Amino acid sequence: MDYFLELFCSGLTRGSIYALIALGYTMVYGIIQLINFAHGEIYMIGAFVALIVAGVLTIYGFSGFSILILAMLIAMIYAAAYGYTLEKIAYQPLRNAPRLSPLISAIGASLFLQNYVLLAQTPDFLPFPQLVPDFAFMEPIAHIIGSSELVILVTSAISMVALTLLIKYTRMGKAMRATQQDMVMARLVGINVDRVISVTFIIGSVLAAIGGVLVGSYIGQINFYIGFMAGVKAFTAAVLGGIGNIPGAALGGLVLGLAESMAAGYISSAYEDVFAFGVLVLILILRPAGLLGKAVKQKV
Amino acid sequence: MADAPRKLLEVRELTMDFGGLRAVDSVTLEVCENEIVALIGPNGAGKTTFFNCVTGIYKPTRGEIMVHPPGGQSRKINGFKPNRVTEMGMARTFQNIRLFQNMTVLENVMIGRHCRTRTSILGAIMRSPGVTREERETIDRAYALLEKVGLVDFADEFAKNLPYGAQRRLEIARAMATDPFLLLLDEPAAGMNPQETRELDELIVRIGKEEGIAILLIEHDMKLVMNISDRIYVMEYGKKIAKGTPQEIRSNPKVIEAYLGEGEEDA
Repeated sequence: MDYFLELFCSGLTRGSIYALIALGYTMVYGIIQLINFAHGEIYMIGAFVALIVAGVLTIYGFSGFSILILAMLIAMIYAAAYGYTLEKIAYQPLRNAPRLSPLISAIGASLFLQNYVLLAQTPDFLPFPQLVPDFAFMEPIAHIIGSSELVILVTSAISMVALTLLIKYTRMGKAMRATQQDMVMARLVGINVDRVISVTFIIGSVLAAIGGVLVGSYIGQINFYIGFMAGVKAFTAAVLGGIGNIPGAALGGLVLGLAESMAAGYISSAYEDVFAFGVLVLILILRPAGLLGKAVKQKV
Repeated sequence: MADAPRKLLEVRELTMDFGGLRAVDSVTLEVCENEIVALIGPNGAGKTTFFNCVTGIYKPTRGEIMVHPPGGQSRKINGFKPNRVTEMGMARTFQNIRLFQNMTVLENVMIGRHCRTRTSILGAIMRSPGVTREERETIDRAYALLEKVGLVDFADEFAKNLPYGAQRRLEIARAMATDPFLLLLDEPAAGMNPQETRELDELIVRIGKEEGIAILLIEHDMKLVMNISDRIYVMEYGKKIAKGTPQEIRSNPKVIEAYLGEGEEDA
């Protein structure tokens, strides 16, 4: 039983990271029908910024939790700036182009950012300090769920609740929903759609950065390539839940994380990816629109 | 009208080409304060294209669209994005209803307040007194508008669940939430039954005369047009073929030939 619980917790942890990143994919897709392939790179950049900040702060004698908080804040700010700039440079000029063009642009942006970090930093894996201290109160259940895992779960849950509230109740949230439903009409009621899109990219990037920092600290090492796999998995999670659907992204992430964790625990860790994508194929055969997605008729 | 009425919208020689097709051909039109102006013409005459040019959905090929907001700077708005046009004070509705179907009736109206409110995300998180006040005002305004169009009881209903006539009125309320000085209505009576059309008729006159919002409307329902319009413009094949008061239009042979002749037969 303990073994199952341990797998379950590590599955939830993985899943909530996938969910955090998947939210960025799904929000952007919901608004401009673009798969932002460079999203995983933003996650990777978030982790790198946090690593650098953590290094500097350690030299200045900061410790434990304060480093985690500061590193995460600065990573979020950097990621927001990258997300914003990415949209302005790579996507906005192509707003009225055929749908394939921004997609190619996204792949280009992804490769550019990867190689930029490769050149500016290093091709090697860098050790990432464990920023989450081991809590004393976690001692009795440490064999089931670790402190890092707990922090990841709590942080992701808070982020997702905050996002939901933001979309449901704030003025910007309403503007986002309106833009998602009918962009032309949104403009006609006076919404600055370009700004709404920028904000969407910023929010997605901030969530990805949170994920990057938490994973760096949890796994203990990062390199320029971690964004790719995380991006693919998160994209899978978004499709699994129904792309464009926000609760769907969260659910898709958790399902994917649990499937991977169970497969790794009960079968073999070599099979975790096989299992993860197997679940995807199965769900898409049974429910082509994803778990929570609605099959929408094409607007004419 | 004794003293010269103040112009709000002045369109000069507006032309819109789609490839080789000239959808709107050198149309000149103006709307003055407190006026209800109708734009009529057979299907395909270019009326909706004209609206799309004025509201920034299309960039006109040639011509000039001048806006003179009351108490504001006159501006040439060719090529403005629709949200800028709305900010200037012109709001519109559509021939085929374009509500935000998956939002509530109240939210649909509140979203119209977007460009008149300022709260940022940060402000919303901090919940400063200013934010709370602004939110309160937005909700109050939205309810007041719903009251005017008779939809208060449906405030928490999803827009898609409203009956057709009510959706039309909600579109008008949403447009009014943007504080326009000019409302452009594209076939507001389309698909309505006579009872609903009569109510709409009253609503439009009320908006025009009591709220002091000028109205430019496209409409096929001749009874409605003749009842409420101060002036009428007639378009055919992209060209303006007549303008005048309802009496003048009724007796204009060109119009009768192009439009009313057919229209009256099936009435």
